[in-house]
Amino acid sequence: MLELTKKEDNNKIDTYTMNFGPQHPAAHGVLRLIMEMDGEVVERCDPHIGLLHRGTEKLIEYKTYMQALPYFDRLDYVAPMNQEHAFALSIEKLLGITVPRRGQYIRVLFAEMGRVLNHLLNITTFALDVGAITPALWGFEQREIMMEFSERVCGARLHANYFRTGGVHQDMPDGLADDMMEFCESFPEFIDDLETLLTENRIFKQRTVDIGVATKEQAYDWGFTGPMLRGSGVAWDLRKSQPYDVYSEMEFDIPVGLTGDCYARYLVRMEEMRQSINIMKQCLCDMPEGAVMVENNKVAPPSRAEMKSSMEAMIHHFKLHTEGYHVPKGETYTAVEAPKGEFGVFLVADDSPNPYRCHIRAPGFAHLQGLDFMSKGHMLADTVAIIGSMDVVFGEIDR
Amino acid sequence: MSIIARTLKGFLLFEIVKGFSLTFKYMFKPKVTINYPFEKGPISPRFRGEHALRRYPNGEERCIACKLCEAVCPALAITIEAEPRDDGSRRTTKYDIDMTKCIYCGLCQEACPVDAIVEGPNFEFATETREELYYDKDKLLENGDRWEAQIAANLKADEKYR
Repeated sequence: MLELTKKEDNNKIDTYTMNFGPQHPAAHGVLRLIMEMDGEVVERCDPHIGLLHRGTEKLIEYKTYMQALPYFDRLDYVAPMNQEHAFALSIEKLLGITVPRRGQYIRVLFAEMGRVLNHLLNITTFALDVGAITPALWGFEQREIMMEFSERVCGARLHANYFRTGGVHQDMPDGLADDMMEFCESFPEFIDDLETLLTENRIFKQRTVDIGVATKEQAYDWGFTGPMLRGSGVAWDLRKSQPYDVYSEMEFDIPVGLTGDCYARYLVRMEEMRQSINIMKQCLCDMPEGAVMVENNKVAPPSRAEMKSSMEAMIHHFKLHTEGYHVPKGETYTAVEAPKGEFGVFLVADDSPNPYRCHIRAPGFAHLQGLDFMSKGHMLADTVAIIGSMDVVFGEIDR
Repeated sequence: MSIIARTLKGFLLFEIVKGFSLTFKYMFKPKVTINYPFEKGPISPRFRGEHALRRYPNGEERCIACKLCEAVCPALAITIEAEPRDDGSRRTTKYDIDMTKCIYCGLCQEACPVDAIVEGPNFEFATETREELYYDKDKLLENGDRWEAQIAANLKADEKYR
C-alpha cells in the first residue's frame, strides 16, 4: 500500500508555469498571462496588465474639460466616440445643460456606428483567433466605409474629438446622411454573409460552444456588463434601463444569450449589430433640423463668423480656449452602454476649470478578471478563444 | 429540423460547402483595394493632418502670436515666443510644434482666431529621424505655402459648419 502511493507520487507531474504574451498576436494587445499548465490544460490563468498604462486619469486632472476630451478617444480606440459620450454626459450632468435635439440624434447615430465598428472588429478577429481568416478580411472593408463616415464628420478616422460638452462639434456635412442611409440599407446583407461563414460552421462551433462558460451568478459576481452579461442570459442594457440622449425614443431589442459560452456571446454581438443598424436608420430618418450645440457661450465656443464680428463672442472664445469653463462643485457617476459593456466616468468637480478627480470604469477590466475562472480546465487554445470573445482592448484596461 | 435532415446536412458538409460557395462568389466582386502610393482614399475637407502656418494673399503671415493654440494644446506640443517686429506689428519669433507629442485633436485650429495654424490635408510626412519631426516656424510656413490652395478650398467648403 505504501509502495503504491509512492509510485503514484512519482508519476505526478508538477504544473508547468508558462508565459503568454505580451507580444502574442492572439493576446489582442499587450496582455501578459502567467499560466499554470497541467500538460495542455490550464489550471490557473493570471493576467498581468499595465503595459499600456499612460496615466490618463491623472493627466485629466491637469487639463481643462475641453482638453481632457481627446484622451477618451484613446481608451477604447476601437469605438472612440462611445467613450467621449460618457465624459460629455458626465460634464453636462454637473453643469445641468441639455443638448439640442439634433445634437442628441447625431450622438446616438455615431455611438451606434461605434458599436457596429467594435463588434465587427471583435467578431472577425475572434474568428481569426479560432482559425477563420476570411471574415477579418471582409470585415475590414466594411469598417473602412464607417471610418470614412467618421472622417467626414470630424476629420479623423479614429481619434474623433467630436462629442463635446453641450453637443457635437460640427453639424454633419451635406450628403453624409444619405451615404450613411445607403450603408445601413446594404450592411445587413453583409452580416448575413458573415453568418453564413461562421454561425453554422462546425469548426467555429467546435471551438466556441461550451467554451468559457460564465453562469448568470458568475457574471453578476464578477461585474460583467454588456455582451458578456447578456450572453449569460441577463437582459440588462443601460440604453433601456437608464436611457440617455434620445435612446428612450428609439425602438430596439436587447438580444440575450442562453448558454453564457463564447458562442452565445458571438450570437449576441451579431444581433446587436443588426439592432444598431436599425437605431442608425431611425436616427437618420427622424433627425430634426436645428442646432447641434447648446447656444450657451459660457460652455460652447461661439461660431467663427460670430467670433470675428462680435467683441463679446471674441472674449468668450479666448476665455474658453485658455481658462476653460468652470464646472460647479459636485460629483457624478455617469455610465453609457459602450459596445464592450458599461463604460462609466466618475467625475469630481471642484468649481475649477479642471476636474478634481476622474475615475474611469472600463468594462474590459472587469471582464479580464473573469478570465481565470472561465479558462480553468480548458485547453490552452481555448483560452485564446475566450480572450477573443471577451473583447478586451488594452487602451481602456490599462488606461 | 428533423433529425434526418440534420444528419444529412452534417454528412454532406452542408455549411462548409455553403461557406466556400460564398467565398467563391466574392472572388468575382469588384476589388476594393487601392494601389496605395499611386492611388489614395478620399479625404474630407475636415481632415486633420499635418500642420501648416498660413499667409494672407499679400504674403504677410497670418499668425499674430496670441498664443491661444499654445494654451489650448492638450499635449503641450506647441511653443511660441513673440515680440514686436520693426514695423510695430506683433509677430512670433519662434513657433515650434513637436509633431511627436501632437495628438491631432484639432483644438489648435479651432482656437486660432485668424485661421493661421491649420491641420492640413497632408498625411504623408513620416520621417527617418525623430529630429525631423520637431517642426519650426520655417517648416510650418513652408507647409502653408505648399498646401495653401487645398487648405483654402477645404476651409471654404467647410465654412458654413464652422
